[in-house]
Amino acid sequence: MPDPQTSNSSTDAPVTGTTHVKRGMAEMLKGGVIMDVVTAEQAKIAEDAGAVAVMALERVPSDIRAQGGVSRMSDPDMIDSIMDVVSIPVMAKARIGHFVEAQILQSLGVDYVDESEVLTPADYANHIDKWAFTVPFVCGATNLGEALRRITEGAAMIRSKGEAGTGDVSNATTHMRGIRTEIRRLQSLPTDELYVAAKELQAPYELVKEIAETGKLPVVLFTAGGIATPADAAMMMQLGAEGVFVGSGIFKSDNPAQRAAAIVKATTFHDDPETLAKVSRGLGEAMVGINAGTLSQSDRLAERGW
Amino acid sequence: MTAPVIGVLALQGDVREHLAALAAAGAQARPVRRPTELETVDGLVIPGGESTTISKLVGLYELREPIDKRIADGMPVYGSCAGMIMLASEVLDGRADQRGFAGIEMTVRRNAFGRQVASFEAPVRMAGIDGGPLHVLFIRAPWVERVGQGVEVLGTVTEGPAAGRIVAVRQGNLLATAFHPELTGDRRLHAYFADLVRAAI
Repeated sequence: MPDPQTSNSSTDAPVTGTTHVKRGMAEMLKGGVIMDVVTAEQAKIAEDAGAVAVMALERVPSDIRAQGGVSRMSDPDMIDSIMDVVSIPVMAKARIGHFVEAQILQSLGVDYVDESEVLTPADYANHIDKWAFTVPFVCGATNLGEALRRITEGAAMIRSKGEAGTGDVSNATTHMRGIRTEIRRLQSLPTDELYVAAKELQAPYELVKEIAETGKLPVVLFTAGGIATPADAAMMMQLGAEGVFVGSGIFKSDNPAQRAAAIVKATTFHDDPETLAKVSRGLGEAMVGINAGTLSQSDRLAERGW
Repeated sequence: MTAPVIGVLALQGDVREHLAALAAAGAQARPVRRPTELETVDGLVIPGGESTTISKLVGLYELREPIDKRIADGMPVYGSCAGMIMLASEVLDGRADQRGFAGIEMTVRRNAFGRQVASFEAPVRMAGIDGGPLHVLFIRAPWVERVGQGVEVLGTVTEGPAAGRIVAVRQGNLLATAFHPELTGDRRLHAYFADLVRAAI
């Protein structure tokens, strides 16, 4: 992997922003739930419920869908107010390709930048050069090739995309299964066929070879988009997610605090049906939801990014 | 030499990396999420993760008392980063309701080096570990501001603005580091801990 920031110096001087440090931060979030929040109060509820980080944004995806218009990075005041009230890490979203929004977020001191298809893309050709930053980035992917292109650009964490703001988990399962299946396929290929596989995935050969050998991405893989219940979160974990992003699913439901805590517990005990049954009881109404299959092409957020 | 059974508290965090490091150091490593699983281990690692979250989940999942009791009975525990915070008798810059196991008599400051943009990698020289400095990661890391009687300082930051800060300590069978040796492939610290567990069985 190209990494201009990795130091080969032999001194004891501390080095910030290395690939290890960026990817390592995501390792600390594994097994946890990252929750979308739009106010400091919601951030507090998320932290109280056991969230491992919060994602600060102006509108949750279901409102972005309902209200339409161009969706952008949040007001720095709002991000500051959230960083002030919680002790867990704070992430924030920049538009795809909007490297200046990312520069601003880095200067605010957010712990992770999400270059996100939930916001309106700022560049339909290029993603952000994420190697140029000290702050680490998470990016979405619908398939292995997309994940590898983001990693090549410097993403230190990947989340499989679902259809955000729908409460419909079907796209999240499709994409997580797809990524895992493509990884298994690479593992089964003889070495000489990996060159063509790399060409088909539109990803660097060295990275494809590494995945064929290790059977996993070189960065942490979370899931996102459409997760609304403890069972949804547990299913995604059983399908191979290393953690869960929940957006509209918590604060668009009847009882956010209880649902948030239930999703946290379901993520930890994802392979224990008795615990899952216990935490699924009496949560009240989940978010109303939209059947992702009924969305028109232009309303499909997961298809943004390439 | 028998392989000690060492658990990794698996509520959240980089559990897999600690399990791999322990296995490479000759231990039988297994995740611990329930009190019944805790009973089967000779030693415990509290991994890196979010200390706010882990402290909350330890209470919610009824692990606090069983772990406190095992620590009082002398079970060896190694805490890295969040795990160091969980083992500190006093925590600064944490939530008022954050509660650990109060194992090591020390004051620890959370996120002492700063937020993620200030996270770094650096070599650390550790007393008791041969073969040169460990190359490790500090991620939103704490440091130790004060140690009580009977706490041995094993490592400090050698260079940069935080030079001299205490980042590795031991008190009896309890070991804590502000950094992550499990992410850089150096297994010497896990071997050191496995020896500590072997000696305590």
